Amino acid sequence: MSVPHALLALLSEGPKYGLQLREEFEAGTGEVWPLNVGQVYKTLGRLERDGLAESEENGQDGPQKRYRITPRGAEALAAWLRTPPDLTSPPRDELVMKVLVAARVPGTDVHEVILAHRLYLLELMQQWTRLKEGEARDDVSLALMVDAELFRLDAVIRWLDAADVRLARAAAEPPRRSPADAPVPQLRRLGARR
Amino acid sequence: MNGPERDADGSSAVRVLELRGVSKTYGQEPAAVHALAGVDLSVRAGEMVAVMGPSGSGKSTLLTIAGSLEDPTSGEVLVCGMALAGMPRGRRARLRRRVIGYVFQDFNLLPGLTAAENAALPLELDGVAVPKARAAGLAALDALGVAGRARWFPDQLSGGERQRVAIARAVVGDRRLLLADEPSGALDSVNAGEVMRLLHEACQRGVAAVVVTHDAQLAAWADRIVLLRDGRMTGTTTRPPGPESLLIPGETR
Repeated sequence: MSVPHALLALLSEGPKYGLQLREEFEAGTGEVWPLNVGQVYKTLGRLERDGLAESEENGQDGPQKRYRITPRGAEALAAWLRTPPDLTSPPRDELVMKVLVAARVPGTDVHEVILAHRLYLLELMQQWTRLKEGEARDDVSLALMVDAELFRLDAVIRWLDAADVRLARAAAEPPRRSPADAPVPQLRRLGARR
Repeated sequence: MNGPERDADGSSAVRVLELRGVSKTYGQEPAAVHALAGVDLSVRAGEMVAVMGPSGSGKSTLLTIAGSLEDPTSGEVLVCGMALAGMPRGRRARLRRRVIGYVFQDFNLLPGLTAAENAALPLELDGVAVPKARAAGLAALDALGVAGRARWFPDQLSGGERQRVAIARAVVGDRRLLLADEPSGALDSVNAGEVMRLLHEACQRGVAAVVVTHDAQLAAWADRIVLLRDGRMTGTTTRPPGPESLLIPGETR
């Protein structure tokens, strides 16, 4: 989450005070991302230094100061919105590590480990869904946030499902197949479809 | 009727559906297929339970047995406290028509009937006088927010509206148990979520529901999620706390 750009987005609606920016930021993200006042003013200071925002000259300081976006700030915001985030390198995922480790630790049933995580994730999804059912019903920002979280958790559960099947299959099959047994035609067919 | 059963924890919520040690085997040994093995499941009035599992895990078998469309090989099935085993055929069919509502994957509305006629159909088939059945059908459409479409035919409705009518038909009259197999069919995720919202709202009005799905996002609408694998229940979620825990920074996150 880029706080500077989120603040620029709020300023693009018109000049605003620091406290107001904080309130609007939290409301706009369904209060799921809290932001402290210090962070707001530090960020505003940096935006001002970089010429992306400016404070109104009224001789006052601190909470009395209003900020507005500059043309350069508007350009930076537009460019940021269209720049894809860096998703190229996979994050080091704790859950992936746990399953990989569980598969190798003697005396550990990896399927049981997977089941425990699956249940926990489902309960988390139920909680997010309750939020969607209630408060997010009339709050599009919150609904978008909740959807993002649900899709993310859903992807993790699907990975667990796939891991479950893959590990069961690996345990049932001999570790290495002889070339004669390899399902070459099927692989070729799959490859051709892509 | 045996009267409402109460749980050891003192809960007075009626157990609308109860499976006790239900097993279902197709075919003969050694080629027998154990579709369900010793499943215990109890669903109370007002509760929505989602059954999740990979294909072939026994989800659909569980639903057909709960709907009294098939008998278990062993174990007991009780609907509203009444054991299905040994119930005369006619009484059982009546129970199925009056107490249980079904929501199908592809909605299954009859194309030649209006929304109101579709919604009233189960009651009319059950011998309820037409005006009374129609009134109940309209009330069900109203509860699902599609009363304004009462005179429309299925092909004039959007996918979301069709599914609302299908749910209205499933809850029409005094249904106590809703059974749904992948109820959101091919709808996109937002509309699929709407279907689950409507089913959950029906539960909040007092119906019990069992929803079979492989989709975690849809299952997450349920009050409880039960996992099936190879015909066995492998796990169940415990009732989650309210969503407010997600909003307190630094505590649960």
